[in-house]
Amino acid sequence: MKIEVRLFAYFREGRDKKLFLEINEDEVTPRYILNKLNIEEKEVSILLINGRDGKATTTLKDGDVVSLFPPVGGG
Amino acid sequence: MGRYERNIKTLSVEENERLKDFYVCVIGCGGIGGYVIEMLGRLGIGHITAVDGDNFCESNLNRQILSSNKTIGKNKAETARDRMKDVNDLIEVIAVPEFINKDNILDIIKGHHVVIDALDNIETRLLLQDACEKAGIPLVHGAIGGWYGQVTSIFPGDRTLDVIYEDKDQKGIEKTLGNPSFTPALIASIQVSEAVKILINKKDTLRNKMLVVDLLSQDFEVINL
Repeated sequence: MKIEVRLFAYFREGRDKKLFLEINEDEVTPRYILNKLNIEEKEVSILLINGRDGKATTTLKDGDVVSLFPPVGGG
Repeated sequence: MGRYERNIKTLSVEENERLKDFYVCVIGCGGIGGYVIEMLGRLGIGHITAVDGDNFCESNLNRQILSSNKTIGKNKAETARDRMKDVNDLIEVIAVPEFINKDNILDIIKGHHVVIDALDNIETRLLLQDACEKAGIPLVHGAIGGWYGQVTSIFPGDRTLDVIYEDKDQKGIEKTLGNPSFTPALIASIQVSEAVKILINKKDTLRNKMLVVDLLSQDFEVINL
């Protein structure tokens, strides 16, 4: 299946803003994608699946868009 | 009046006239908060409460508009009040030189029309969201880190920060990326525009949405929350 991953803030550094992953697995979750991208789950503040709040354990379908944001907390 | 002449047309005469009756509470008078107070005060918001228990130190000088060689060691909220006396003596700025906590926050924000989140850590932001919800006051959130920033407007019941910061113990990216001079000014501007729109009932705020800013790519994106 093909999953679009959109990265924000410093997740883009050394990667890209947008990635298309071709994955030949039956069950794919955002957790699997995080592992593949070398991003630790605790580094993620907002995880959206198709623009809605999602979980690291949700099963993804072909064509899903996963957006990942790190926490921004300064002032 | 000459002072507010250039507000007009951006705001109607009636809207401009109403600004003097609004109470806005700014929590944090550092990078974001200093600019927020500057803009609220120049615009003519009649009553501003500036809240910060911290004093200026040298590492604030790269970005915090109220910090200078003259104000190092001085309380940030009191410095904000003193500056506004010079900038606009038609408005009232009350300084609260305290850090917010669960015991004082409700008393501090009571009676305000809008609260601005200009804090520098996630845990206190969540405390502020709880308090604003309890007090029934809209909260304009802004946060920065490195080249990045974000803004959203939160009304009682929205609990948007619960989505943004699911883990309250998470460390923000600013801890590793620092904060340059240009992100706080930008995020503060957007927060002030949101606050004004909430005060004068303009549509199209960032409610249930978040503006995500990436100045390294010059990407401005609004996501739905």
